[in-house]
This record gives sequence, C-alpha cells and structure tokens, in this order.
Amino acid sequence: MASIAAPTTAAYASGENENTGIWSWITTVDHKRIGTLYLWTALFFFLVGGFEAVLIRTQLMRPNMGFVSAETYNQLFTMHGTTMVFLAIMPLSAAFFNYLIPLQIGARDVAFPRLNAFSYWVYLLGGIFITLPILFKLAPNGGWFGYAPLTTNRFSPGPNIDFWVLGLQILGISSLAAAFNFITTIINMRAPGMSLMRMPMFTWMSFVVQFLVVLAFPPITIALFFLLMDRFFGTTFYAIAAGADPLLWQHLFWVFGHPEVYILILPAFGLVSEVLPTFSKKPLFGYNVMVYSGIMIGFLGFGVWAHHMFAVGMGAVADSIFSLMTMLIGIPTGVKIFNWIATMWSGEIRFTVPMKFAIALIALFTIGGISGVMHSSPPADLQQTDTYFVVAHFHYVLFGGSIRGIFAGISFYYPKMTGRHLDESLGNWHFWLNFIGMNLTFFPMHFSGLLGMSRRIYTYDAGQGWDLFNMMATWGTYLLVVATAIFVWNFVRSRTRGAIAGNDPWGGATLEWSIPSPPPEYNFAQIPEVTSRYPLWDLKAPEKTAGIDHSHADAMTITDAHAVPVHEETERHTAKELGIPMPYPTVKPLVVAFSMVVMFCGLLFLRNGMFAVAMTITIGGGAAMVAGLYSWLTAPLE
Amino acid sequence: MSAHTTAAGHDDGHVHHHYTTTGLDNRKIAIWAFIGSECMLFASLIATYLIYKGRSIVGPFPHTEYVNEAGQIFKPILDIPVTSASTFVLLMSSLFMVLALQAVQIKHLPLPDGAGWWTRAQRSSQLWLFMTASFGAIFLMFQAYEFTAFVHEGLTVKTNLFGSTFFTLTGFHGAHVTAGVLWLTSLLWIDRTRGLGPQDELIVDIAALYWHFVDVIWIVIFTLVYLIQ
Repeated sequence: MASIAAPTTAAYASGENENTGIWSWITTVDHKRIGTLYLWTALFFFLVGGFEAVLIRTQLMRPNMGFVSAETYNQLFTMHGTTMVFLAIMPLSAAFFNYLIPLQIGARDVAFPRLNAFSYWVYLLGGIFITLPILFKLAPNGGWFGYAPLTTNRFSPGPNIDFWVLGLQILGISSLAAAFNFITTIINMRAPGMSLMRMPMFTWMSFVVQFLVVLAFPPITIALFFLLMDRFFGTTFYAIAAGADPLLWQHLFWVFGHPEVYILILPAFGLVSEVLPTFSKKPLFGYNVMVYSGIMIGFLGFGVWAHHMFAVGMGAVADSIFSLMTMLIGIPTGVKIFNWIATMWSGEIRFTVPMKFAIALIALFTIGGISGVMHSSPPADLQQTDTYFVVAHFHYVLFGGSIRGIFAGISFYYPKMTGRHLDESLGNWHFWLNFIGMNLTFFPMHFSGLLGMSRRIYTYDAGQGWDLFNMMATWGTYLLVVATAIFVWNFVRSRTRGAIAGNDPWGGATLEWSIPSPPPEYNFAQIPEVTSRYPLWDLKAPEKTAGIDHSHADAMTITDAHAVPVHEETERHTAKELGIPMPYPTVKPLVVAFSMVVMFCGLLFLRNGMFAVAMTITIGGGAAMVAGLYSWLTAPLE
Repeated sequence: MSAHTTAAGHDDGHVHHHYTTTGLDNRKIAIWAFIGSECMLFASLIATYLIYKGRSIVGPFPHTEYVNEAGQIFKPILDIPVTSASTFVLLMSSLFMVLALQAVQIKHLPLPDGAGWWTRAQRSSQLWLFMTASFGAIFLMFQAYEFTAFVHEGLTVKTNLFGSTFFTLTGFHGAHVTAGVLWLTSLLWIDRTRGLGPQDELIVDIAALYWHFVDVIWIVIFTLVYLIQ
C-alpha cells in the first residue's frame, strides 16, 4: 500500500525491456503477454458484439421499423450471441486466467507456455473466421444455439451455417487446449506451501471452470461434428425423414450449453471475490464454503440442461427432475451472494470503481438469479420461454453478472498489468452510465416479455403494449454505447497518462501484489513460500488476519528447499541477470494454429461441389499442422 | 522437450527437474485431463449410437435381416467373428505396450548370466514398440476391410441412422488408433536414432496411457455395438 517501486515502473516504461516489437508479440509464450493479447482481442470482439446489439435495438426501437431486413436481423442476433459468448466473455475470462493464475499461485508461467500461445492463436483465427462473413452478409443465421434440424442443409442451404459449425469447432479446440493447460498449472505449479485451500478464490473458480470446459466441450464438439457430417457428407443424424430424433441436438447442445453458463459466470465470481475483501479490508467470509459452493455449482451445472427444453414436451418425470435440480442450484449460488454481503458487513469499505462494479454484480446477478429460479418451474417457464422475459433474465446474469465482474477485474488489475491506474473519474462515469443503461435496456424486457413479446422477431406491430418498453430498451442501449466509449477512452489513455501504481496499489492480500507492476517476465525473482491464504496481509497488516484460522499446516504442503518466505520484490532485473531460464519465443504455435484453421477452411469448398479443391486444402493444412507439431515437440522449451 | 532437464536457476549449479507441487511431471497430469475429456467425447458418440439403435427406417441393419421393397435381401451386416479377431489384435497390442514400457524401464540393468531369449527380448523396447504399432496398424486394416465390405453390401454413412452412427463412432475410434500408431512410430524412430532409456520412461508412459485408453474404449464399443443385440 505504501509508495513502493515507482522507479522500476518508470524504467520499464522507458523501454528498458528489449522485446517490444511486433515480432516479439507474435512469438511470445509469456502468459502475461498472451493474457494481454486475449484482453485486447476479446475487448475488440466485445465492441463488435455490442455494435450488433445496437443495430438490433435500433431495428426494434419502434413498431414496424425497416432499419435492417429480416435476414440481416437473423444474422445480427445470431452473431451477437455467438460473439458475446465465445469471442468476448469466455476470452475475457481467459485473459484473466492467463494473467493471474500463475501470479496468484506463485509460478513463473503456465505449465505449457507454447500450448498457451497456441490457444490464443486458434482463438484469434477462429474469431476472424466466424466474424468475417457478416461483412458479406453471409453470417451464421440460426441463433447462437444453432438448433438442428433447422441448421441442416434442408432448411439452411447457404454457407452461413458452415461458417458457424466450423468456427465453433475451431474455437472449441482453443478452449480445450487452454483448459488442459490451466488444470495442470493449478494442480502442479503452485508455490511451496500454496495448498489447495490457500489458493485465492479467483484461481479456485478458474479451476472449477477448467473442469467444466474439459467435460462440457466434448458434447458440443460431437454435436457440431454430426452437423458437419450432415451438411458436408450427407449423413442422417438430424434428418427427421430417416428417423432421427429432433431433440438430439438440443440435448447435446444444452449438455454443453448449461455448464457454459457457469463457464461464463464463475470467473466473474472469482474476480469479485478478490475485489470485495480488498476494499472491505476483511478476509473473504466463509472461504471454505465459497470453494465448496463453486464446486457444487460446477457439479449441479451438468444436471440442469433440460430446463432449456421444458417447452419441447419431455414429459412430467423429466420436467420434474430438471426443475428440482434447477431449484437446487440456486442454493450454492445464493450462498455466494450472502457470503459476499457478509464479507462487506462491518468492513472498512472503500467505494473505488472496481468495488462499485463488484457490488453491482451482486445486485444485478441476484435479479437475474431470481428470474432464473422463476424459470425453473415448468408451468411458469412455458409462459416465459422464448419471450423477452428470458432475454431480460440472461442479460441480467451475463451482462449484469459476468461483464460487471470482468469490468471489476479490469479496473482492479489494470494497475498490475500496465503499472498505471485507470482514471477514477472516467471510471465512475463509465460505471454509472453503464449501470443506468444496463437497467434501462433490460429491465423493461421483463414486462414486454410477460406481455408476450417473442424473442428473435425482427419487428412487431404497434398497440400490443410493447412500444414504450422497446423504446426504453433502445435508449438504454445508446446510453451503454456512451458508457463503453468512455471506458475505451479511459483504457487506452491511461496506459500512458494514468497515475503510476506501485506493487500493491489497493492493499491486496495475495501473491500477485508482492511483485512489481507490470510484473517482470519471470514474475517472481524468488519463488515464495506460502503459509496462509492472505500472505501479504500477514506481512503488512497482520491485524487484518489476526485470529483467523487459515494458517494451519496440512499434509498437502510440500516444501522446496529453494523457496523463501513471502516478501515484497521491488527490484527489477532481467531473467538473465538472475539466471532464471525462460522459454524461447517461438512462432511454431502460430504456424500450427494457422495450418489447422486452413484445414477447416478447406471443408467450405465442399459446398460448391469442389471436392478436389476442398481435399487439397484440407489435407495440405492437415499435413502442415502435423509437420508443425513435430517441429514444435522436438524443439526444446527453454 | 522430451526428458529435457534444466537448471532451475539456483546458483549451486545443481541440475534437477522443475519443482512441481505433486512431484509428478506436468505432462502426466495433462494427459489425464485429456483422457477425461476424451471420455466425454466418446460418451457423446456412444450415447447417440444407443439412442438411434433400432430407429433406422431402411436397412441394412446390424443384427437383423432386411428386405427392401424390391425384394432384395440384406443379411445382418456385422461380422462378429472377424471383429472379434481384430479386437483380439488390439488387446494384444496393449499387452505389447506394457512390455515396451517395461523394456524402457529395465533395459539399463545388467543381464544375469545365462539369460534366455525371453529375458533378452524383455529389454528390447524397439521390438515391443514395433509390435504395438504393428498390431495397431493391423487393427486399422481390419477396419478398412470392414468398412469396404459394408459399402459393397450397401451400407454407407448416408444409408440410414445405423450407417451414420456406426461409421462415425468407429471412424472416430479408428482416427484415434491412427494417431496412436503415428505416436508409437515416432517413439520407435526416437528409439532407433538415440535409444530410449529409463530417463524417457515418462514419454513412453504417456503414450501407453493414451494407447490403453483407446483400447478400453474399443472394448466398450465392441460390447455395445457388436455383442449386445
């Protein structure tokens, strides 16, 4: 908290770090740089998805508007959902996984630095692959859920869905590769003394999320593979005439799709669980229960998928079971809400921008959570399904919850990532305009939904009681545009103009605040030995952690003779001076990622009967990928 | 990367593996996470096969005869004796994999006096890696034969739900076997060029875990698709 380490940051800013050219970014395997790349790319896609939302809301501003055509509207709502889920929120979380997990567990990098670079490049190329077609009005148009048989050749003959199927397949590979990497990192790269129950809550929630990714992505990979086979090779997985089950896709999709909801929200929960204790000057209330409830949410998340399908007629038994499971999952989620409130209770609260976003998450996620519990009752859900009530619900959860958590995280960790603070007053403008705009946009949708306004319709007639609510929602969206513009301005400007932040600008408790901002490439000059959940508070503010039973030794702790007690590192050296071996920069992960995307691109040519072209590109890309992999695996890491 | 040890930055000049929390190598943990994910992949494929079992409108069918409108007779298409043979081949390859790993672990130990051919053979990782990869390749030939025969008998991916699910499920498995054969061949190549020793136990162990997993999946597929009618 005290004024520490400003000079080292100035030295950093003056270009002492030799590797800053574009090639150094292309070949980087440093988790912090990859995290930064994720952050910038995902923010770009967040703006793209937001722009699509603006077009959607403009079209719906008044009854019978002709701002965009029905076909364009289909592409817009499909790409808005796909972009926000797969290209914005998940990678924004991935930016924090990358940047923070090694810092929080006291590691020098992730377990597989080159695989980490590979994940990013696959994400970037996959994102471009799925986004570019909208410029040619060929964007996917079957909804982010892509229900088959609607998305089979018979009902979607154009190339639009091809981009969606192949694009999601590519993005899935990125997420899976990253998940294997982070699971290994968290299990195996913790500093001495960092037992599982001493891990910071963000790392814990990220850990749960990686398991969700590992187990939930295979079903959608298979569902997409079936669809790909149906579309390109004439199989009958979704062909009703051949006896296929029209619900097969829905089951496979939602077995993925509901855990995906927790993949989107749990990292945000983790971030606010870092922010709230710091600005309440109190340890997180009920740490153990927070861990268990996170795991519980992960488990139950796999047993509730069919609540997305109450309207398809699964029968009373299935409906009842999934209804009960859905109500059950409200319990661990509610536990988290109350624990956050209890964390703030009688704390010395500082209302900084990250703290405001964190508190707003609690409030808005609770609204979204309550409407979610309403959906868990099949009779109520039949009234609400496919209406704007559902749109209101999941935007409160995802925009009110996930995005608010991510903004809390960005404003909290920006000083760590850049060495400079975001501007506080611009941050406040962003927060309040965003908060008001968000509620103005989505709260009225509860009413228009209950009054029967259907989702995904491109226009509507006047006089159904929806006009005012739609007008409010659209103006709310415009307010969000202003708020986002302020955020972007603040984000870009503060990189060079923000106030210098030291190691620990907020008085944080965990390891990432013990090292300079931005952290040196090796993170920790000496690997710390951890003896409690709040090592920096033990060091700098023992009164905060006095009397809390969190330091007892346990069997999980393995000590390393080379570890040193937790301390603040203020000196900045190069890895070479310290004799720390760093992974070589390499372009091979990008080469492999690029070849793999080329391989998928080849399949697009099957559509026009260009079999030879398709096979040439696909086999060529595949061969290049295998060759690149061999070259990668036989080259030493460091 | 394989078995590459580095100085971990301590000035005592002592060379050792990177410190890890569990003491296990990172790659060992990653392969288990990967196998967990693969389980869900095959679970989705197998579940779809089972859901669509018996729902095909036209034949050929796996276990029952089918007569089409033109009076053409299609016999039950699955050839269980042939596939039993290929299953045996794949199971044997798992045994050879175990022997290959053992050979890598013990090949540096001095041979006892008067050691017989079997004791010598036990230390030849090249022999067992070759046998494992070959038996994997033989399994793939069986599968190629089976697929070709089915197509000749009138079953393609387009014919019916059985064709779609059968070819996709077994094809996915075949692709995994192919990747495994490539992997084992690469290990064999490393063994021939620089020799695999006890320090390489881990990379053989990881390949073995993958190979056994692919085998176990085949046992499930063989039981559910071929044996249970």
